[in-house]
Parts: sequence; C-alpha cells; structure tokens
Amino acid sequence: MTDRYTQAVNSGFTKTLATKLGLPRPALLRRYRAGEPLTVGPVLVVSDGASKADADALAQTLLGWDLDVRRDPGDDVRFGAIVLVLTETARPGDASEAVLATGSVLRRLAGNGRVVTVSRAAAEGDAPALSAARNAVDGFLRSLAKELRGGATGNGIVLTDDAAVDQTSVLATLRFFLSAKSAYVDGQLLRVGPAKAGAPAADLTTDRPLAGKVAVVTGAARGIGAAIARTLARDGATVVCVDVPAAGEGLARTANAVGGTALQLDVTAPDAGQRILLHARERHGGLDIVVHNAGILRDKLLANMKPAQWDAVIAVNLEAQLQINETLVQAGLENLHVVSLASTSGIAGNKGQTNYAFSKAGVIGHTRATAPLLAEHGGTANAVAPGFIETDMTASIPFATRSVARLLPTLSQGGEPVDVAEAVAFLAWPATAGVNGQVLRVCGQHMVGQ
Amino acid sequence: MATRQTARAQSAGSAQAPRDAVVVGANRIPFARAGKKYADASNQEMFTAALEGLVARYGLQGERLGEVVGGAVLKHSRDFNLIRESVLGSSLSPNTPAYDLQQACATGLEATITIANKIRLGQVDSGIAGGADTISDAPVAVSEGLRRALLEAGHAKTWQARAKALARIRPADLKPLTPATDEPRTGLSMGEHQAITTARWGISREAQDEIALASHHHLAEAWDSGFFDDLVTPFRGLSRDDNMRPDSSAEKLAGLKPVFGRSLETPATMTAGNSTPLTDGASTVLLGSREWAESHDLPVLARFVDAETAAVDFVHGREGLLMAPVHAVPRLLARNGLTLEDFDFFEIHEAFASTVLTTLAAWEDADYGKNELGLSGALGTVDRSKLNVRGSSLAAGHPFAATGGRIVATAAKLVAEKAAETGKPARALVSVCAAGGLGATAVLESA
Repeated sequence: MTDRYTQAVNSGFTKTLATKLGLPRPALLRRYRAGEPLTVGPVLVVSDGASKADADALAQTLLGWDLDVRRDPGDDVRFGAIVLVLTETARPGDASEAVLATGSVLRRLAGNGRVVTVSRAAAEGDAPALSAARNAVDGFLRSLAKELRGGATGNGIVLTDDAAVDQTSVLATLRFFLSAKSAYVDGQLLRVGPAKAGAPAADLTTDRPLAGKVAVVTGAARGIGAAIARTLARDGATVVCVDVPAAGEGLARTANAVGGTALQLDVTAPDAGQRILLHARERHGGLDIVVHNAGILRDKLLANMKPAQWDAVIAVNLEAQLQINETLVQAGLENLHVVSLASTSGIAGNKGQTNYAFSKAGVIGHTRATAPLLAEHGGTANAVAPGFIETDMTASIPFATRSVARLLPTLSQGGEPVDVAEAVAFLAWPATAGVNGQVLRVCGQHMVGQ
Repeated sequence: MATRQTARAQSAGSAQAPRDAVVVGANRIPFARAGKKYADASNQEMFTAALEGLVARYGLQGERLGEVVGGAVLKHSRDFNLIRESVLGSSLSPNTPAYDLQQACATGLEATITIANKIRLGQVDSGIAGGADTISDAPVAVSEGLRRALLEAGHAKTWQARAKALARIRPADLKPLTPATDEPRTGLSMGEHQAITTARWGISREAQDEIALASHHHLAEAWDSGFFDDLVTPFRGLSRDDNMRPDSSAEKLAGLKPVFGRSLETPATMTAGNSTPLTDGASTVLLGSREWAESHDLPVLARFVDAETAAVDFVHGREGLLMAPVHAVPRLLARNGLTLEDFDFFEIHEAFASTVLTTLAAWEDADYGKNELGLSGALGTVDRSKLNVRGSSLAAGHPFAATGGRIVATAAKLVAEKAAETGKPARALVSVCAAGGLGATAVLESA
C-alpha cells in the first residue's frame, strides 16, 4: 500500500495543489507484474570508446530480451532506461563523452525509468589513473541517482576480478536493475564477480526463476517475511515458512497462501538448524534457499538498556543466523543461496537502537565471512538492508516522525515489503552465483550511510 | 505433490488383508475457558482454524483427501453440515467429502476410529478426524410452549388461525432454555453421576487433587519443552491452553469447596479443581495409509491398531455413568492379545480426576473383574508413571468433541518419540468416557 500522502499528491485536486505549493511529490513506483514489459520504454546503451565492445555485447543481450535497444540518443525518443558502460575506461578524462551523452537524454527519461552503470572495481595494483577512473563511477552514480525524478532510479554494477560483462550473474543483475522488481533500490552499486566454473546455465527471461527450488523463510508469519514467502513462491519455489510457535496463526495463513508448509520453530533453539534442514529434506527433498528474516526490536537508549533487551535482540537477530548457517555449511549443500536481513540501522546507526544496530551490523559481518565458505559448493551468502518499509512495525512510529522518515530518501517515500522481497528473490536466484558477500540496500537511496 | 497418485498396496483380485492406518500428525487450537478468548468464535470458525493449521503444517493445500469426519456435541441446527462447511472454508480441495458424527465426549476418538477403519478397508487413503465444541457460542433454545405455538402459526392458512396459535403463548413460555448437559434419563448432571461412582469406590479427595496437580504440571512441562510446537496452532491471540495452572499446588487445590455430591451421605470430594472446566476448542488428526503418507513425503507417528467402544446401564444404577471404558478395555486387550503390562503410555481422559481413579480401581478389583468384566480376576494395574504424562483434560480443559483429537495426537507423538529414543516399539492405550454411559478406547503403536 502506497502511503496516503503519495496517493494524494499523484491524483486529482490535491495533485494540482501540491504542485502549486511546491510540496515534495513522491512518484508512484512501478512494481513487477508478470507479463508486463521489462522497461517502460526503449533502452539506450552508451559507452566510452574503450568499452564499446562490452557495450555491444550488452546491447546484443538486451535485444535478445525483446527490448527496443538504441545506440544513438536521437532527439525525440523517450527512454525507459539508459545503460552506461564504462568497463574499460582507462583515465578519468576518457569518461566525459559517455557521461555527458547520458546527461543529454536525462530529460527524456520516462517516469520509473532506469539508469544502470556498468564498470569495474578498482583493485590492488591498478595504475593511479585507472583506479581513479574506476572509483569515480561510485560518486557519479550516487549523485546522479539523486537527480533522477518521477520514480526513476540509478544503480551500478561493479565487476570484480576480471568478470566478463556477458556472464550470467552480470546479466541477471542488469535485468534486476532494469526491471520493476528493483523499484525501491536506488543509488546502489552491486559488486559482481566471475561465476564459478560449471555454474548452471539459467534462463534469465523466465517468470519462474526459482522453479523446483526449496526455500526456507524465517519470520514468515507477517510483514516482510510473509512478502518474501509470497514472492519466492510466485517465482516458483516451494516455501517452508518458519516462525515462533506463538505466531503460528499468521504462519499458517502465509503457508496456505503460498502452498508451502508451516514449521513452528524458535530460531534460537540450539537444534533449529538441524530441524530446518531435516524438515526441508524429508518433506521437500532438499534445500536451496535460506532467508534469515526473523528479527525483533527492543529499542532503548544504551544507558537504559536492560540485559534481557540487549540479549534477546542479539540472540534472535544474530546468534540464531550464525548457528543455523554453521549447520548449513557443515551439511555442504550444493548451490545454497543464503540471504540475511540486515538494516540501514546497521550501516548508518540509529539512536535508541544500539542493540539492533549491533545485531544488524553483525549480520553484515557474518555474511561476508560465510560467503567464501558457501562458494566452495557453488553457493552464496548475501544481505539485504531495508530502509524505511511500510509494515505494521513502522505503522506504530508516531505520525510526524513517520512522515519525515518517508521523505528522507531520494524516492521520498517508504518502501513496500514486496520491495525487500524482490531483492531477496533476486539474490536467491541461481543465476546470481557471482554476487556473493554483498549487502544490497533497499532504501530508496536513504541519505545516511553508504 | 497434489497430483501424485497413491500406490495401492494390494493388487486387485487378491484376498485383501486390512492394511495399516497410520497417524501422520495433528493440529488443534489452544483450548480456552468458556466465555473468554473464544467467546464469540463459532464451532465452524474454530474447526476451520484447526484444519487450516493442519493443512499448513503438512502442505495439504488443494489436496483432495478421502474424507473429513468430526462433530460437535453442542450444535446449532444451522450447523447441520458443520464439518463439510468447515472443509469448504479451508484450503483443502473442495472435492474433499465430509460428514458430521457425534458420540458425546467420545466424538473425536470415534471419528478417528471411523477414518482408520475406512483406511484399513481401502475405502479411503487419507482423512482427517476431529471435533469442536463451544460453550460460549452454545445454542439457546426457546421453550416447548413457544416453539409449538410458532410452528403452528407457521403452518396456519388464515390470519385467524395464526392469531389463535400465537394467543396461546404464555409469559412463562418466553423464558429461553439454556443449554444443559444433564443426563436426559436421570436429570442428574455428569458431576452428580460421577460423585455417586466416586463414593461407591471410596476415592479420596487427596487422591483426586493429586491427579489434578499432576495434570497441570505435566501439561506445563509439555508446553515448556516444545511438545506442542507441532501439535497446536494459536488462535485469536491465544497460544497456550488458558485453563492450565503451572503454579497450582496441593494447598491451593485443597482449599477449594466441593461442588458435586453434596447431597450424598459420604463427604463430598469433587471440586472445581479436580473436575474439568467448561471449555471452547477444536482439534484435528491426519490419518492415512502408509503408502499415502510415503507418496506425500509425510512422516508417520503411529499405527492406529484397534479400537473398542462400550456402553453401560447407568440409568438403573447398575454401573457408573462414566465407567464404559472400564468394560471396553478388557475386550480390546483380549482381542489383541495384550495386557496392561504391554503399554508404555496410558491416556485416560480426565472428565473428572475421580473418573481416572474409579477406572483404575475397577481394573485392580478382583471381584469386579470376575463379576462385572467376566475375567478370572482383576484386569491389572496401570503404572502411574505412564499415566497422562503430558497432562490431560483437567489442565488442558475439555471442549467435548475436541478432546479425542487432543488425546490421539498426544498418544501418537509419545509412542513415536519413545520408539525413536529406545529403538523399540512403543504402545499407548487411549480411553475416553462419554455421556449416555458410553466409552471409546483404542490402541496406538509406534509405526
């Protein structure tokens, strides 16, 4: 549900009024619906001279996705997306032409349009000029994203370790950023590495990218967890819905809605990992995706924090994930995708949330460390960090605080649970094996933190 | 999964020995004291909720089951198709047949027996047994005088005849009839009947309070240890049985005033503490053939071995109202070549603490065994350490038709856990007494 303010400034008399008064007008974001076009219009692919071959390769792929691909801005085309390829830019000065060409068509970028940069990560041993050119994209993209309007977003793909532009993980990420699935992901640069040899080929255009997969979602009784379960099921996965026994009524509702199974389980139980694994194997024949979504809040200023408030948050939000991951790593599951819910609080900090931020920053830490362990078996570990998402939890925040919180991100609104779910489903996708140990923010480009 | 076909164990034409019926799992909603958490929940809402939790636990969405059987003891006339309506409101396939069945407090167990028998005969491959009861939403009837007058007025052809019929209504006829569970043939409540039996067997107040205390403590331990995590789904914000008193003590129970048997010559011993309270709730049990469970990748908790029902003549005072299971069990054991020694668990429904005690006393009595049960002596002794080890109705409460499902679930999980722990087969005896001098009993074995 889009909040009332966003609805009001986008329709009828209140729209006119808001425009006249110069009030912020958050756009109605386009969200994924099966069967709708990937982008809202033609896609322009631009590059500097050195990156032309990579740009050609990407343009070929986009053509294969039945998109209207242009290599020339023209002067009357209203674009749905711009892909700016800077993979082989050697010096900062070399980027000028492509960057300015991008700028020249921004006024013709449609509402809910997309700008995606494709570049390479600066690495040890790079010449200073090369390192500068590569790192420059970071600041450029984040600033450009803030200049976009009408629900358009800007995100970047950063290739690491000589990854090729046409490898599956890069294309899967490009598809996600171009699509309506990334509606509330803005100003983010995602690092994509080379895929392991023997990674399974994937059909990137399918509507059921998770068909045949078995997923476990913790905290699935309501809110973001229920949205994740629904989204994974929509994408074809069989979903095991996990939540504490006391939340069983909502859990049963979720499980029945997605045609999955309900497992009433406290994730902090010492045998939680074993029980999850056993359930998935015995009832569904395996385990491919684990989403650590269960989390609690016990907000207090540290000076007033009681041991129980601190410990409960750490136990549920962090220790439980660690313990379950340990079981999963030991089990040596093939191609396992683990996605953990972090939070922008864990990145930027939040007053009254020392315990929560400790746990969520800890999640980012263990995700990075778990990534190489799972990669040995073709798996990945990534985190999704939601910003302000419209849930029962955030609905309890006082009206004024809530209204201000909504306007802080570049997109000037809160996200929907499904926005987080789409990011989770993206990272759960077998095609994203080259995205590992990353934190993907779903925050509408919140002004704080990276 | 929904489209998978079940393999038949026997080939057509061969002599068909009955196959096994197994308990796959169960689900109930927490039981609530009457007039509290479920005060405005109907039987249909509660049974549907119990079904939905079961469907979610075992991934049965859209599944066409063999049948769903259950009932309610206190039922509105509009609920004539209670179970079928519940199925239609659930996530099961609407092509799942269902019917209502009622045997007072033995409803849930009798429904389980019925489904198990159909599975063993090969008539169905799977089914759900259960029951629901609400005291809070019980039907309130109009007086016989008002009912007659209204019916006659409805049948009248002219307004004069209608006026004449309605003119017969007297002020006294307007008083509603509240639901009663008194025995129609004796006019005595169940408690008063049991008080007579309690006095006949000389059961002490202390022994009854001890049973009640153990029930609360055992049930609380079971909840705390997570025993019910895969047997119960919360409903309307209630996540545990709210009649349970984990902090109950012998002193607290001893302080309660007797409520039944106060007009007898012997001292009254039955209190609100050692009698079950009026309760709302619903329960379900999922059964299937082994092949059905296997083809659906479902676990198997226990085999439903056999069952026996009995009835006694309480009307003429020959036997106590709630003593029918005492007669059923010896017949059940004899048919299966078993003795009380052969059981690891005894699940005896605690209608009243003294029901359990009079049952045990009767089985231990040699004269009674000879004269009433037709045995050569006493049936035997129930090892008290094997009795209602996860608590029973005194603590959980007793929504009449829902109790059978609760007990079968607990018994099935107990034998499964015991067998997993010891590597040896485990066996449980289930006994449920019921109004009308009825009783149903059953044997479950680890699968």
